[in-house]
Amino acid sequence: MRHIISLLMENEAGALSRVAGLFSARGYNIESLTVAPTEDATLSRMTIVTHGSDAVIEQITKQLNKLIDVAAVMDLSEGEHLERELMLVKVRAEGEAREELKRMADIFRGRILDVSDHTYTIELTGTRAKLDSFLQSINHDLILETVRTGASGIGRGERILKL
Amino acid sequence: MELTGAEIAIRCLQEEEVEYLFGYPGGAVLHIYDALFQQDKVKHILVRHEQAAIHAADGYARSSDKVGVALVTSGPGITNAVTGIATAYMDSIPMVVISGQVPSHFIGEDAFQEVDAVGITRPCVKHNFLVKDVKDIAATMKKAFYLAKSGRPGPVLVDIPKDISNQKTEFVYPDSVSIRSYNPVAKLDVTQIKQAMQLLLSAKRPMVYAGGGVILSDAAAQLTEFVKMTGFPCTNTLMGLGGYPATDAQFVGMLGMHGTYEANMSMQNCDVLIAIGARFDDRVIGNVEHFAQVPRKIIHIDIDPSSIAKRVKVDVPIVGDLKPVLTELIAMLHNTKARVDAASLAIWWKQIEAWRVKGGGLRYKNSTEIIKPQYVIETMYKITHGEAFVTSDVGQHQMWAAQYYKFDQPRRWINSGGLGTMGFGLPAAMGVQLKNPDATVACVTGEGSIQMNIQELSTCKQFHLPIKVLSLNNRYLGMVRQWQQFFHGDRYSESYMDALPDFVKLAEAYGHVGMRIEKPSDVEPALIEAFARKKDLVFMDFQTDPKENVFPMVPGGKGLSEIVLSEDL
Repeated sequence: MRHIISLLMENEAGALSRVAGLFSARGYNIESLTVAPTEDATLSRMTIVTHGSDAVIEQITKQLNKLIDVAAVMDLSEGEHLERELMLVKVRAEGEAREELKRMADIFRGRILDVSDHTYTIELTGTRAKLDSFLQSINHDLILETVRTGASGIGRGERILKL
Repeated sequence: MELTGAEIAIRCLQEEEVEYLFGYPGGAVLHIYDALFQQDKVKHILVRHEQAAIHAADGYARSSDKVGVALVTSGPGITNAVTGIATAYMDSIPMVVISGQVPSHFIGEDAFQEVDAVGITRPCVKHNFLVKDVKDIAATMKKAFYLAKSGRPGPVLVDIPKDISNQKTEFVYPDSVSIRSYNPVAKLDVTQIKQAMQLLLSAKRPMVYAGGGVILSDAAAQLTEFVKMTGFPCTNTLMGLGGYPATDAQFVGMLGMHGTYEANMSMQNCDVLIAIGARFDDRVIGNVEHFAQVPRKIIHIDIDPSSIAKRVKVDVPIVGDLKPVLTELIAMLHNTKARVDAASLAIWWKQIEAWRVKGGGLRYKNSTEIIKPQYVIETMYKITHGEAFVTSDVGQHQMWAAQYYKFDQPRRWINSGGLGTMGFGLPAAMGVQLKNPDATVACVTGEGSIQMNIQELSTCKQFHLPIKVLSLNNRYLGMVRQWQQFFHGDRYSESYMDALPDFVKLAEAYGHVGMRIEKPSDVEPALIEAFARKKDLVFMDFQTDPKENVFPMVPGGKGLSEIVLSEDL
């Protein structure tokens, strides 16, 4: 099953590689991993999307907790949560497609960040499913490049991950 | 007064009351060695290979309740140390390793003797640090010792660039340490302990399975009291030997791949199992699906939550330090009126005794023609009155030592259980002997393993370490040969040890006493003579039966009740 795990860790050199190393050493898979400092610059917040049986996910959270630099771990998928991913897509925008791409971007509430004579660069945020669905909705041949951040997650309401 | 980083590092060791520092100098640690030279509180033991420095620090730690400490240089110094660090990591041994690093401004430039020490050791340390500021050395060292010995112990590496060890700052050793992301002490979970007690009292076929955690937590006395008051059978893992007295009637022997028939059958067929500081690893329970076929309730006490429910489902998990948890459990048992069903327990013991008879215990067919390795261990046990510290290398000799030396006390059996590191025995024995100068220290090894760190005979000479080396020389990498015989159609691929040195001359060349023992009748006199030489290292080269196999055996991937008994019986 897909799980989205959030963690707080010391914002120190090497902390990221301890997490990444743990996943590769123990054979856990990572679908995506995002990390950046929090409002407290000494802490980083990481969101990891992974797949595994309940037993594997239990081990993953325990092993993450065991890392000395990791201060708190929460499996967001155990409760109500929000997740968002940012995607930038550069598309070939010429002739009829130019108008059509603009329309699709509007429908998906995307924004065109950069315009050249022959291309658009569109910014989209949403769940993974929404971003996937945008890519499926436009002509595949027009996609020049895509870059995605992977999911960031947060609990709903009073579900808070803080020290 | 301002001190250099090197002086600070050594002052930290003094503050931690480090008695011995095992190490090997090199370019990146020259300042530290200079600081070491100018004091006499911390004694340095110069090994002949960095791997041995780590194993010696490891043996020192295992035979005491202290943190082992080692010092190595950058590049090959730290890469040589990695095997030792991984060995300590797998067996959760408290250790601090200081490594030199190339000067800060050279890092990343592929400088001479540069290696990413923090990166290379990351998967096999509890934690590691690269010190980037001389002001951080004292606090980092304090953290390193705290991390190494608290919670589930383990090795911690502190990597110090050469320029940092030469810069100056004020030395202040912190009184205490707190790491906000690390809280190793779990609160005593009284509710869970109570549940465990009720489950134990409801058992008809109970079993106590205790591992290395008992040794690490210094909880042997509590384990013994618990087993005695309940009347339950008790087994120890390879790492847990000595945690419960092996000569006691309630001890059913070691379990696992080369455990006794009764230990493995009891483990498989019990209805309530209490696992104490053990981790259900593959060498202990064999095939995990086969183990799960028999329904049983499992209580698991461990300081590391990730050890619980890793390989088997657990009904009552208890996270905590074994000593306080067992103390609480014992107190609860004293205070309850409920009692174990004595009739069921008597039937269970009858069954275990029947397995004891069927399994034949640990018997082997002795010979008057050729030396049986088991006989050497048995005789050594007799001569040392079961009181020696015994280190071992890895292979058949390790299993025979574990089976035939009855350890009644903790911290006497010292071996590389998790990583299975050949070359561990002799350097580990050095650390044990230094920590216990008046004790009898024996290193049980083979002609394969001993050659992996034989250079340490030189260290033993320099520091007058009167270790007794028992080499069970069967001219084979015995355990490899055994598996090739059983599972690879007698194709003995590269397991024959040809062109062996004359070990007697070799021992003599290093300045020690060498003995070659060829006849069974010479075994006992040789051992008596060797162990009587209190001041000498004696290297005993026993020419043992090359065909002898270790039994019982649970073949790899098989279940515990599929155990194979010796063909001799």
